[in-house]
Amino acid sequence: MPTQQAESARPPNGESAGLGRGGRPADRPPRPVRDGIGLGLAVGISGVAFGAAAVSSGLTVWQACVLSMLAFTGASQFALVGVIAGGGSLLAGTAGAILLGSRNTLYGLRLAEVLRPRGLFRVPAALAVIDETTAITLAQPDPAAAKKAFTATFWCLYVTWNLATLGGALGAGRIGSPQAFGLDVVGPAAFLALIWPRLKTGRTERLVALAGVALALATTSVLPVGVPVILAATAALAGALAAPGAQDSPASASSRRAAAAPNDSSPGDAI
Amino acid sequence: MTATWIAVLATAAGCYALKLAGLTVPQRILADARMRRFAELVPVALLAALSAVQTVTNGQAFDLDPARLAGLGAAVVALVLRAPFLAVIVVAAATAAILRATGIS
Repeated sequence: MPTQQAESARPPNGESAGLGRGGRPADRPPRPVRDGIGLGLAVGISGVAFGAAAVSSGLTVWQACVLSMLAFTGASQFALVGVIAGGGSLLAGTAGAILLGSRNTLYGLRLAEVLRPRGLFRVPAALAVIDETTAITLAQPDPAAAKKAFTATFWCLYVTWNLATLGGALGAGRIGSPQAFGLDVVGPAAFLALIWPRLKTGRTERLVALAGVALALATTSVLPVGVPVILAATAALAGALAAPGAQDSPASASSRRAAAAPNDSSPGDAI
Repeated sequence: MTATWIAVLATAAGCYALKLAGLTVPQRILADARMRRFAELVPVALLAALSAVQTVTNGQAFDLDPARLAGLGAAVVALVLRAPFLAVIVVAAATAAILRATGIS
């Protein structure tokens, strides 16, 4: 049972072991596996929309499925089929889709520090680096929970997204729209929920988030879809340059992890 | 192999390579305080922007869908009330779904 697994995985010193700066109330144990499975199911179903969009743009069912299996990053996948559907060039579509994948590079910088993937493990782990896995992983209070969250979210989302892509490509989208179930709100609500603790406790975080939102919305009508979100990274850059010290910053380094969690015998090996 | 297959496989390869690049960047570049802080703040900036963009835009146009806005509003209320994560996303989706089903929006 995933829930039991999550329960038993609670570190003895519990919530204070913190990757996140005290954001989680003390009465709320981390539930990395349960949360990951829930998000994976809810977001994965949107794969129906991708499968349907891909096939209606002219891709074959196989091509839609290969994108979901190997690219596995929704924004890029939608970007490629969007350009193809609009009659744009395949080269432009491919370039745009790859550009949108660059935010996963930025996520990887942070995830590598928390998950400490080693050697060849990075090869399969890389496939899993996307918005949802990043958000859930970085919201966990300690490295052990972070790794469980990363793994559970990836597997559940990967399987669901790929089955949903196949279903959508075969016409399942006609049964009912994910919107009817409110699933279009799941992503926005989940991302907000997962950064919420950091917004509550960090002034720089709040300013960076607001600036990122403002930048993205201000450029939405003039930049290609997806690029405004990447542009929001400049807000993070500005925040880092303006307030680089931040020894009280959240979710950080293994050195502080060791200091905060003396019961973790070897922080570097925790993951 | 068709041109479309080449585009599909090139997209997949490019997206994967970008993911792998982030994980394999030497950790010593994070020794710089500003670089580490940047890496910490990036998910906050991007996920906040993503949440906003997915809520109020559709393509390159603003699209203020009342059910979606209400859903996100309900999520904020749930967060303020310290609801657990899954409750937050269920409340958000249910709010939007109910508003749509009842035809209120």
